[in-house]
Amino acid sequence: MVSPILELTNINKSFGHVHANKNINLTINKGTIHGIIGENGAGKSTLMSIVFGLYQANSGTIKVNGKEINLRSPKDSIINGIGMVHQHFMLVENFTVLENIILGFEGELVFGKNLEKAKKDLKDLCDTYKLNIDLNSTISDLSVGFRQRVEILKSLYRGAEILILDEPTGVLTPQEVDELFKILRSLKEEGKTIVLITHKLIEIMDLTSEVSVMRQGEMVGHTKTENTNKEQLAEMMVGRSVLLRLDKSEVKAGEVSFKVKNLTVKDDLDVTRVKNVDLEIRSGEILGLAGVTGNGQTELLEALSGIRKVESGEIYLEGKKVSDSQNFLDPRELKDKGLAHVPEDRQRMGLVTDFKAYENLIFGYHDQQPFSKSSVLNHRDIISHSKKIMEEYDVRPQSPNLITSNFSGGNQQKIILSRELNENPKVLLVGQPTRGVDIGAIEFIHQRLIDMRDRGAAILLVSVELDEVLSLSDRIVVMFDGKIVGEKDNINVTDRELGLLMAGVV
Amino acid sequence: MEFLSDIASLINSTLRISTPLVFAAMAGIFAERSGVIDFSLEGKMLMAAFVAAVGSYFLGNPWLGLLLAIIACVSLSMLHGFASVTYKGDQVVSCVAINILIIGLTTALAAAWFGQAGLTPTLNEDQRFLEVNLPFAESLRDIPIVGTIYSDILSGHYIFVYLAYLSVPLVFWVVFKTSFGLRLRAVGENPSAVDTAGINVFAMRYKALAINGVLIAFAGAHLSTAVNANFFREMSAGRGYLALAAMIFGKWHPKTALFACLLFGFTDALQIRLQGVELPAIGEIPVQLIQAIPYVLTVVLLAGFVGKAIAPNAIGQPYIKER
Repeated sequence: MVSPILELTNINKSFGHVHANKNINLTINKGTIHGIIGENGAGKSTLMSIVFGLYQANSGTIKVNGKEINLRSPKDSIINGIGMVHQHFMLVENFTVLENIILGFEGELVFGKNLEKAKKDLKDLCDTYKLNIDLNSTISDLSVGFRQRVEILKSLYRGAEILILDEPTGVLTPQEVDELFKILRSLKEEGKTIVLITHKLIEIMDLTSEVSVMRQGEMVGHTKTENTNKEQLAEMMVGRSVLLRLDKSEVKAGEVSFKVKNLTVKDDLDVTRVKNVDLEIRSGEILGLAGVTGNGQTELLEALSGIRKVESGEIYLEGKKVSDSQNFLDPRELKDKGLAHVPEDRQRMGLVTDFKAYENLIFGYHDQQPFSKSSVLNHRDIISHSKKIMEEYDVRPQSPNLITSNFSGGNQQKIILSRELNENPKVLLVGQPTRGVDIGAIEFIHQRLIDMRDRGAAILLVSVELDEVLSLSDRIVVMFDGKIVGEKDNINVTDRELGLLMAGVV
Repeated sequence: MEFLSDIASLINSTLRISTPLVFAAMAGIFAERSGVIDFSLEGKMLMAAFVAAVGSYFLGNPWLGLLLAIIACVSLSMLHGFASVTYKGDQVVSCVAINILIIGLTTALAAAWFGQAGLTPTLNEDQRFLEVNLPFAESLRDIPIVGTIYSDILSGHYIFVYLAYLSVPLVFWVVFKTSFGLRLRAVGENPSAVDTAGINVFAMRYKALAINGVLIAFAGAHLSTAVNANFFREMSAGRGYLALAAMIFGKWHPKTALFACLLFGFTDALQIRLQGVELPAIGEIPVQLIQAIPYVLTVVLLAGFVGKAIAPNAIGQPYIKER
């Protein structure tokens, strides 16, 4: 007998002018894994933050086990058995696992008896769900996968019957995803209800029994997972049919146009993050660099683009040495030599988000003809160029005068991409091109990168999205702990093989 | 023997001079561990000194003066909280505003009430705190070493000196051994984690600021109703900033902050001691140079060593819940 454990009726939520949730109705049955799928900005996280009491809905009712409840803060949700694992973990990094879990639920003013009891209860929970967590380790020493388990354990300790997970797999290796799914299935067997928020269709198909689809703040469909397929779900998400597979012509690689020899790079804290890396990228090919976040990709990209000092080793552009530990070209000089860079963190390094779109569209090229003459900006030409390029790259809305932070993630990325690709670079370094970008825009950005490659550019693609690396790259290298631990031609390679390399197992 | 008594008196003054620094550093630990920068220790200390002196003068009891100083400092802390926690203003600006306000306010009120700009009337013995002589201090003085330590170093201080050094283990206990302390540290590191644990972030920061106000009041009262018998203009003389430096140097930890305070107190005691002293080969060192020692030390310590001190992660950032 299925009985609803969570019922949402007519939920509305606005942030200023943005109507993030419109008349949302949702019923979640007890003991199921229920998927909520939608593009970035569809309102999934907002909805679940309302259920968790973090945001308050403008209108609508929430029932748990048939009883209407009033959620003013996360405390109310926790009391009603709702737990949430956020996309960005809510953990205090310099606290131990134990401290993080008991925070707010200490049960005593001065630590003593209850602390001992908590330790025992937590050990039992760890055993039941095979979480394998050491309560005394400090969060900052734990891998992302383990931090996520701490979050799950935290919710369970606080008595969660409904566990909401917001994009839980974004930061995990395929093996870690398997482990997580195992844990989630065992939670379901113990009678817990799981709500999985994701934009990855494969996870919905793998794990859930029911699925709800959101688009632009509205709930556009509910169905049993067995009655649907990926194509249908994608279409519901985007509102039109989507190409899930990329059309890619065979690689016609030319000469080596970018070469890295024995490169070592340190980070700001003087820790060596890139260790003796060798890379070669030929014109007309995309080299994918896979790896779990924080294994030196960021520092590598920064060194290659001239932002970070090279500790030792050499970088060659079209056969000519451009950087070593003594002499190096700065980003501007590299740009002049035909190297373009789409940085990983677009809001921090790619854009000045408080500036207008047309300003961001010419940054780095603003002192060149026709944008400026004798150091004075040529406003009219800049605007007409901006209009033209925004149309070409389908940046929406097409208003050069709009402040950049008002564009969606996907459109911000298109602004950067159009700026860098417009110069027809010989070498293109791209970091996380589709992080936080919706499906429609991903399709567009991927197609543009393929076009660049077909026109003979050498492209280095750094991404933590394995699917992206697999679908775009001609060759794949895997980075782990600052070293290149494997290289594969992208013909029969599977995500499992790469996952093992990413985890440093092989 | 004279050397020994020199050492004893140096330690004795170190303990006394460090007292307001210790209170202020402990006050700073509460505010900053909760994620709120407190540059206004200086202004609050000055306010406490003024209110304690005036209150004690009118009410005839230094304890009542202290009570009023506590009320005044907690109010200022709440003002800081109102501006920077509730209204999410810039915390440094709020502190600077408080500091400037207090310098002007104390001077003006003293002029209005007592006709002297920035000076309050001298307190008589009933209106101020007196030195506390520990039991048997006189009779034990002649015992070598132990007697010197007990009678010349430990005995004969104002009550605040003892309270200051007792406050350190108490602060340590509260911050590291109680659930309040756990929440306090968490809210300064990651307020979102505290919020999602069902704890009110703003309430936690206000509580921390209230404790901060109480502690800093003791520092001010010590200056105007114990070591001195009146308030004078800008009598806090940068001690609030010095305490802040000690707290940072002590990595926001009560024990190490205590040592930093003692170090600053010691250099100050040393410079007083060195004034007018002829050193072999060098001769008499100009007094200005000697007086600069504590400040030079502050700069050197902060510039040279503090690089490794890691501040609470969320310090200075107002907590914004909704985007």
